[in-house]
Order: sequence, then structure tokens, then C-alpha cells
Amino acid sequence: MGQTLAEKILQKHTDQKITEPGQIVQCTVDMVLANDITAPLAIKSFKAMGAKKVFDQDKVSLVCDHFTPNKDIDSAEQVKVVREFAEEMGVTHYYECGDVGVEHALLPEKGIVGPGDIVVGADSHTCTYGGLGAFATGMGSTDVGAAMALGETWFKVPPTIKVNFTGTPQEHVSAKDFVLNQIGQLGVSGALYKALEYSGEVVDNMSIEGRMTIANMAIEAGAKVGLFSVDQKTLDYAAAAGFSGGEAMTPDADAVYERVLNIDVTDMAPQVACPHLPDNVKSVDETAGVKIHQAVIGSCTNGRIEDMRVAAAVLKGRKVDPKIRCIILPATPTIWKACMSEGLMEIFMDAGCIVGPPTCGPCLGGHMGILAGGERCIATTNRNFKGRMGSLGAEVFLSNPAVAAASAITGVITNPSKL
Amino acid sequence: MKVNGTAHKVGDHIDTDAIIPARFLVTTDSKVLGDNCMEGLEAGWVKRVKENDVMVGGVNFGCGSSREHAPISILGAGIPVVLAHSFARIFYRNGFNMGLVLLEIGDDINKISDTDNIEVDTANGQVKNITTGETIQAAAVPPFMQEILDAGGLVEYGKKKLA
Repeated sequence: MGQTLAEKILQKHTDQKITEPGQIVQCTVDMVLANDITAPLAIKSFKAMGAKKVFDQDKVSLVCDHFTPNKDIDSAEQVKVVREFAEEMGVTHYYECGDVGVEHALLPEKGIVGPGDIVVGADSHTCTYGGLGAFATGMGSTDVGAAMALGETWFKVPPTIKVNFTGTPQEHVSAKDFVLNQIGQLGVSGALYKALEYSGEVVDNMSIEGRMTIANMAIEAGAKVGLFSVDQKTLDYAAAAGFSGGEAMTPDADAVYERVLNIDVTDMAPQVACPHLPDNVKSVDETAGVKIHQAVIGSCTNGRIEDMRVAAAVLKGRKVDPKIRCIILPATPTIWKACMSEGLMEIFMDAGCIVGPPTCGPCLGGHMGILAGGERCIATTNRNFKGRMGSLGAEVFLSNPAVAAASAITGVITNPSKL
Repeated sequence: MKVNGTAHKVGDHIDTDAIIPARFLVTTDSKVLGDNCMEGLEAGWVKRVKENDVMVGGVNFGCGSSREHAPISILGAGIPVVLAHSFARIFYRNGFNMGLVLLEIGDDINKISDTDNIEVDTANGQVKNITTGETIQAAAVPPFMQEILDAGGLVEYGKKKLA
């Protein structure tokens, strides 16, 4: 019987023969990740297990990106715990200072994760690396603490839902819209415990950045992983980032899928997920005119250079509504620098945006853009749960960067093609 | 273990931001996290909870972020058991790892109303609604997860592997 992408990658990391979904397998891991919120608990568990060293100093990444630059004394104390642990263990990939970026933008960019890897991270958006063809999934701190010590973890082999994206997208419609539409169709628990596997001409033609945007939100449908085949584009991206290894990988022609979802993107308008769940998805035109107070462009979903270029193209020669806080957070120092060298920073500043350092910050209601009661934000982030970005009385709408930029200009949710 | 307490119903798709909002994630202290349990659902929610009460969720309980602070805050609030229609994947693993008992009871959640008196036998997954007299049987815990529970949680399991 043929294997899905999820089964193929798991099989390469275990001696057990994978025969069917539901089977429990023990797998080795290629990278173990935690951040400033989840690492302190992982370290606590790691020590409680009696572990004295990490299984491989080069295969653990600790990225302090959520509350950094440290927003208060308590978060500074947490980062201190992580920093001291990284020093004690000799962890190679520790990021906190001028080299830090949003973890799921940073690790692919640095070639720390790549095609065919198994990556476990104490962060639910670890699934982002599925865009590179890595079996990458979020876990809790104790699972990750155990993986740091043991270099292995257990998985239940997931059944797979195949999502085929076909057609030709319209202007201002991109990866974020495809994935929001898919979440709207599947629902926030539609892929619970399952793998999503993406295919079709749209993803074949898509950049690796776009694929990562889609894989990033696999968890928003409840999925364990969101996987793309490894093609030449993936291998070129990984090689340029300095990742060693990786080979082309496609699912077997006779792989077994639980369900196939076909999505023709040809007539799709930009999509907006309305409060308070990511599956409450409408076309931008159905939400047009809703008054906003803030726009956030950044995050592990849409904080990459392509996203910055899209936002800049909309903002160029225009002004943000003076009553709107348009917060732009390029996700890594490299992206920040590219924004400068490509002239995007000038566009952002001329338009009246607030440009901040790489951080997860407002996405999770951490800092740098918290909402008051009654305020609305349009964000290129991934979650719009009640209270996610601040007050329980605030509302978050999720969109692509072009819609967020257009809405910042007009002060109401706006289809960029109608500017 | 037998748990007897008041049921607190919380609805479908309870996300981990509702269970413990990010502003409280600056500590790993279970007491502090427990004092703010469900603060993202309703301010002061936890005040209704007494030791050994039972939380009753709907579909996809614990969706969203991987924060282990979520099961820790529920335990810290004095709630040892969560019953739900279904659980989100990361939360399910986290619950077991932290020693929070999670039982899936599907549509039988409709047989429990808010403030009902509930008795849960965690050994066999039997739930008695003392208020209505109805009995509910929870789905069996997957064997591998039972092994981790039997070892005393993932920390103990890891200890044995490292020894």
C-alpha cells in the first residue's frame, strides 16, 4: 500500500514498519524547539527527568521571540532561565539579541530545519515547516523537554486529508486566502489529529514562503501537520539557506487518503476570518466597511519578505488613516534589512506606519499592540480567538497583507482592488 | 481515583487563550496560573470553582496554542478532571503529561448541565451524574497513553528511559 507524505517521513525516522493510521511509533527527531514562554517549563521538566545534557547541542533551538524585547520583569526572568540553560547545555541555536526573529520565519531562513526532517516544537505553529516538506508539529513543554533529553518522541500515525488547490488566483489573492478558505470549509476541528497534504497546480507554482503560510495554519483546522511535497523549489530554498541534506519527495500514487478536498481558487476573493474563530471565514466584500482601529502586518504566518512587499505595494504613495495604528513587524532581522535595502521601509514610514522589531508581540496579546475593549484589529496573524490580542471586548479579523494594508489606509475593512 | 464535585460547563472550541491568556504566561507557578484559570473566557471565572470540581467542555476543547500552562492552570484551580465531547491534539498530550485526567464522552456531554453534581471514576472512565441519576461511559484512554499515566506521567517515564 502506498504512503502519504506524513507516513513517508515518519517511516524514515523509525525502525517500526508503518502499516496504518492510528499506529503508535517511536521516532527520532532532527530538531527540537522551544521559545521564551514554553522553554522555562520544558527546562523544568527536563531537569525533573534527571537529564544532564541535551541529546545533541546542534539539534535544539531556543528562540526568545514572544515577549522580547522583554516586556516586563517577569518575562525578563523567564528569558534569563532560557539563556542560562542554553549556556549550560552549549545549545548552538540560541537566539535572543540582534539575531532573533519570529521562530518559524527564522529557522527555515537559517537552514536549521529542512525537507524530510521531523521537528517538534513547544509552539503550536511549528507546523509551518511543513511548507518545506518537514513533518513538524507542536507539542507541550514536557514532551519537548523529553525530546531534548532523548532525541526521540512518540507519534500516532495520522490519517491524511488531501487538499488540492487548482485554478488561477486573482490579483490580491494569495496563500493566506487559500488557507483561510480551506479552514472555513473544514472547520477549526475538521482536521483534528490528522495530517493535511497540499497539492495541485496552485501550490506547485507557489513560493516556499507561500507554502509556509499555508502550512502555518494547519493547526487552525486542528491538524497535526500540513505537508507539501519536496520539489526542486524546496531543495533550492533549503540549499540557499545552508540546510544540508534533503531530497525530492512526493506521496505514492496509491497513497490512501481519508478525504480529498478540491478547492478551485479562480473565483476566490480575498478572505477574512471574522471574530472569534479562524473558521468564521467570509469574502472581503462581505466584511467591507467594518470600522477598525488597528492593523498588524507580521507574524509567523505573514511576516516574510514577500508579505512586506505586498503590503508596501498597497501602501506606496498612500497614507494610513491618521486614527489607525498600522503596526508592521518584519519577522526576522534579515527580512528587516531586506525591507530597508528594497526601499520598503521608506514606503512604510511615509505612509505613517509603526515599524517594530521582529517579535510575536501583538499576535498573542503579548505586547506592542494590545487592544482595548471595543477596538477592532485586522491582522495578518493566525488566530482571532476572543481576547487573543488583548481585551475580551476586542475583535480580531484575519486577512492577507494586501487587505490589512488597504484597510489601514481607509480605516475600514477594504478590498485592495477597490482602493 | 474517584472525583466528586460540581460540573462547570464551558462550551465548544475552548481555546488555550481562553483557559489562560498570554499575559499570565510569565510564570510557571501552578498556583498563580490556577488563580487565573479561564480568565480569557470570563473575568473572575475561577471564583466559582471548589477543589475537585469537574470542567465540562464541548467539541475541540483546548484548541490553539501549545502552552502547557493551560492544563497546569486547570489543575492549579483545583480541577482534576475535564470531560469533553473531544479534545484538541496538543492539549490532549499535555493533559496526560501533566496528570490532568481527560475523558472524551462525545454527545453525552448533553447529559450534564452546569452545576450538576458529578462523580468520575478515573480508573474505568465511568461518569455518574448524581443530580440526574444518569451514568455515562467515557471512551477508553489509548493504551500507549495509559502506559505514560501508569508510569506516573511523562516526567517519570523520561526518568526511567534516562536511567
